[in-house]
Amino acid sequence: MSEALLEVTDLRKSYGDKVVLRDIDLRVRTHDVICLIGSSGSGKSTLLRCLNLLEQIDDGVIEFEGREISDPRIDPRAVRSRVGMVFQAYNLFPHLTVLDNCTLAPRRVHGVTKGEAEQRARDLLARFGLADQADKHPDRMSGGQQQRAALVRALCTQPTLLLLDEITAALDPELVGEVLTIVRELAEQGTTMILATHEMAFARDVATAVCFLDEGRILEQGPPAEIFSRPREERTRRFLSRVLPPA
Amino acid sequence: MISAPDTWRPSPRELERREIRRTLRRRSILVSTVATVLVLGGLLIGTVSSPGWASVKATFFSWDDAKAAFPSIWHAFWTYNVKLFLIGEVLILILALAVAVLRQSRSPVLLPLRIIAVIYTDLFRGIPTILLVFMLAFGMPALNLQGVTNSLFFWGLVALVLSYGAYVAEVIRAGIESVHPSQIASADALGLSRVQAMRYVVVPQGIRRVIPPLLNDFVSLQKDTALVGAAGVFDALFAARDYANYQFNFTPYVVVAGYFVVLTIPLARFTDHLQHRAMERERQGAR
Repeated sequence: MSEALLEVTDLRKSYGDKVVLRDIDLRVRTHDVICLIGSSGSGKSTLLRCLNLLEQIDDGVIEFEGREISDPRIDPRAVRSRVGMVFQAYNLFPHLTVLDNCTLAPRRVHGVTKGEAEQRARDLLARFGLADQADKHPDRMSGGQQQRAALVRALCTQPTLLLLDEITAALDPELVGEVLTIVRELAEQGTTMILATHEMAFARDVATAVCFLDEGRILEQGPPAEIFSRPREERTRRFLSRVLPPA
Repeated sequence: MISAPDTWRPSPRELERREIRRTLRRRSILVSTVATVLVLGGLLIGTVSSPGWASVKATFFSWDDAKAAFPSIWHAFWTYNVKLFLIGEVLILILALAVAVLRQSRSPVLLPLRIIAVIYTDLFRGIPTILLVFMLAFGMPALNLQGVTNSLFFWGLVALVLSYGAYVAEVIRAGIESVHPSQIASADALGLSRVQAMRYVVVPQGIRRVIPPLLNDFVSLQKDTALVGAAGVFDALFAARDYANYQFNFTPYVVVAGYFVVLTIPLARFTDHLQHRAMERERQGAR
């Protein structure tokens, strides 16, 4: 088994008395696409936020590229400059054009020159069908376009790991397809990703592993074929029977 | 679903991490303490060791003079400055809100009022407040109008309200304009009238966003109540000047400064508290 890019051991997170994640074990190798599924409130988003240190964990160890990043002496910004994140609500900066959204971090955090950053952003925008949107402000675009722009923004820093937090949850079915096509492309190119998603068909096709979260635990994890067709746990079966279209 | 009883105990690694966090926290507390002591101590020593400190201390920080001037300044401060801004703030808010909302109105009937509102803000923001105090406090009584008061206090108040009303109107307008158009669309969609949308949706959000600059203007107003002293109202600054001129000691000025500071700090903390509460209630991820 190859060296893990990200390894989570016994992670625990609580807000006051409310434990939102417990006993989380997760191994992600380069080129893996991990889908986190489960009902709302099961802890998918919180887990993603813990992984790039947006939340302080209460126990356990997170290792990234062979270093423990859950150590308080680690500079979170050093981690975040290697991990990209895309949010459900896009979170583009409304006061900047799409191009400026995409070049902000490469220029200010990674020290890429303006010309190079813009070239890279324009290339990616063109690949994602947004070439003519580069100079628009986010609020002028459709939801699908905004989410694709947010993906480009995350990719512009050339992250080794991409975290996608229910990025299609706010989109209508047609736009969902538009965004998922791109994620699928990224997966095919070998981008390492962890995504929280409600798109079961997509998870079945694209994921290398699926984790079913329930009440803050990874109740079951394995290859999609296994999880979707022969779930071990009763709870998983009930969840899947509600979200999967009848075969 | 009943979850299994929680038997979690922090792992050795977590305990170690907590210890590291404690150490880091202790270190940052130490650094901030040392930095604070160095900077404040340096400033204090620098001031006290300056060549003229002895005479400055005698003329500005004389305890006896402070005690002697205290009661008359307190009386003047309470009867004029405090009253001026307490009444003034209410009137200013009403005037400014009216002007700001008027400038946002789209009704054709209100066009003349809209023009007046624009001229008012442009003009009164441009005139130095002290000139306005002079013009109204001396000019209005000179008109010899029947039934119009000659009270300096009254005209000083009017001058402050007109001047600050113009500033505050622009602050509130900025707040109103910062509310996203989708909010108005959503109010329209619920069938609210234009006025109702303003009253229940746009203005409450707009005002909340501009509370810090509003507070700024009110603190500024509290201090500018001293301007009416220039027109002859016996306010706190006038009382201090009175004392200083007779006793050749400037300590009362420091006392007045103290009054103004003591007055503004609770207001600042109170608005901070309001802001914080609203943020916690309305926003996820706020800390």
